[in-house]
Amino acid sequence: MMAYVPRLTLEEWQTIYLTLRVAALAVGCGLPLAILLGWLLSTRFPGRFLLNALVYLPLALPPVVTGWLLLMLCGVEGPVGALLNRRFGIQLAFTTNGAALACGVMVLPLMVRAIGQGLEAVDPGLKQAARTLGAGPIDRFFSISLPLALPGVLLAAVLGFTASLGEFGAVITFAANIPGQTRTLPLAIYSALQASDGETEAMRLALCSVALALIGLVAAERIALRLRR
Amino acid sequence: MLLRVTVEHSYRTFTLAATFEAPAEGITVVFGPSGSGKTTILAAIAGLIRTDGIKVDLAGEALDRLRPERRRIGMVFQDGRLFPHLNVRDNLYYGLKRAPRGSIFVDETLALLGLEELLKRWPNTLSGGERQRVAIGRALLSQPRLLLMDEPLASLDNARRAEILPFLSRLRDTLRLPIIYVTHAIEEAVHLADQMVLIENGRVLAHGPLAELAARVDLPLASRDDAAGVLNGYLHSHDYERRLSAIACGGQVYMVPLNSIDERTPVRLRVPARDVILALDAPREVSVNNVIPAIVCGIAEMAAGHAALVEIDVGGGVLLARITLDAAERLRLRPGARVLALIKSMSVELLV
Repeated sequence: MMAYVPRLTLEEWQTIYLTLRVAALAVGCGLPLAILLGWLLSTRFPGRFLLNALVYLPLALPPVVTGWLLLMLCGVEGPVGALLNRRFGIQLAFTTNGAALACGVMVLPLMVRAIGQGLEAVDPGLKQAARTLGAGPIDRFFSISLPLALPGVLLAAVLGFTASLGEFGAVITFAANIPGQTRTLPLAIYSALQASDGETEAMRLALCSVALALIGLVAAERIALRLRR
Repeated sequence: MLLRVTVEHSYRTFTLAATFEAPAEGITVVFGPSGSGKTTILAAIAGLIRTDGIKVDLAGEALDRLRPERRRIGMVFQDGRLFPHLNVRDNLYYGLKRAPRGSIFVDETLALLGLEELLKRWPNTLSGGERQRVAIGRALLSQPRLLLMDEPLASLDNARRAEILPFLSRLRDTLRLPIIYVTHAIEEAVHLADQMVLIENGRVLAHGPLAELAARVDLPLASRDDAAGVLNGYLHSHDYERRLSAIACGGQVYMVPLNSIDERTPVRLRVPARDVILALDAPREVSVNNVIPAIVCGIAEMAAGHAALVEIDVGGGVLLARITLDAAERLRLRPGARVLALIKSMSVELLV
């Protein structure tokens, strides 16, 4: 049995660690934003349609385009990137944080959707009751809607994390393919396949990918089951 | 009159246009058939729906100008609406934590509604009756200036209903705030109402003290099969030998089967119209315990065509007698005529 377990090199372990770190960063920073967006999109305000389109745009665009748009916006020369660099000395393009940003943008629609569904499932009658008991809109969100939508938030986190593990196009375009910094699992598999003798390495990494994806999907399924109940 | 409400709203099928007033204390029952607009009125007062026009004036303050969460109007919903992620204690404290200091205290409320044993429980483990008691407690602890109750007993079976009604009566007698209670169940209305607002097809037919409206022959209450007069009185004394209790109402004494209610407790008598016999002379050797002198104030022929409804003034209030047209003719009953009302002790329903 042990013979079939692939022996990973130190470099490959580092790739897995980096992939997990990027995904965690993407979800850690993206989730609060997704909660805010999920709430905003569940209310009515002028421009809601535009915000909605903006959030879901990465789902419809080719990932390369998303990465490229990010590069133009947040690259060293881009308006946001230049500001961050000048003011705070933060560089995003071609860094681990940049890879996380690319992942975050790509999986944001998924997370907003899961959270939105969780929030929608909350009985509006309970929010009315909270209102008669003196709770304002923000108070109601944190004391009623969010706790009751918690399974949806959890589902969003797991889905976002699992999807982040596989992001390729946007990451390679915005953060490039730098070993130890931005070369996550899919990028490493791609690189191994490009090399003349990388087939077995690609196979090992692909197996890791499958294992991680399976764990994520099973977790998501479990939470979705609870959500339906 | 302290509370004045005006609601206007047009639906596709009918128009709601209701104006009524309620005193500073006690229960005002908004009574009417399903679909007559009662719930809309409450939701509009609480600010939970948009209407074409709403005015809520409480002691000179226009509550409709405030955002719903600032109105401090407590609301008890038909389905309880307890927060499922909070236990009973946290549900009860939800409004309290957000309210200014008030005069409704936790210990008193728990005792009043019998909630002490439930604090650690979760909403999904409560019975329907317990759930509604918690919902009432939660609304009270938010220190409301006005309490709205939207058919709070409608989702309960008769046994649970009977279990909660005494709590509501106690609420009415203890609280110093106006309560608007919506129902289409006449038993609840008769049990709880001080004032009554009759609603039909989105309009107010009449409003006033329950005892007045119940016996008015020109209102739909009187033509119901279970029509009854209502008298307010207090428990006068118990006659243990005869196994009867005496209720005093407006100078008259009504004998009812012996009960264990404390003397001087305010009680309400419900006398069904079909159980009241009218006589011109006092009968001798008759089983009826209550022979009450009365004056006829109105007679109406019922739609069915063979019965007459007679409105009689018994001093402390007005009762109804449903008799045949033939009997009304034989006794030559006219407004102003003096009659005797014969009321069996067994027919009188005692509401505490």
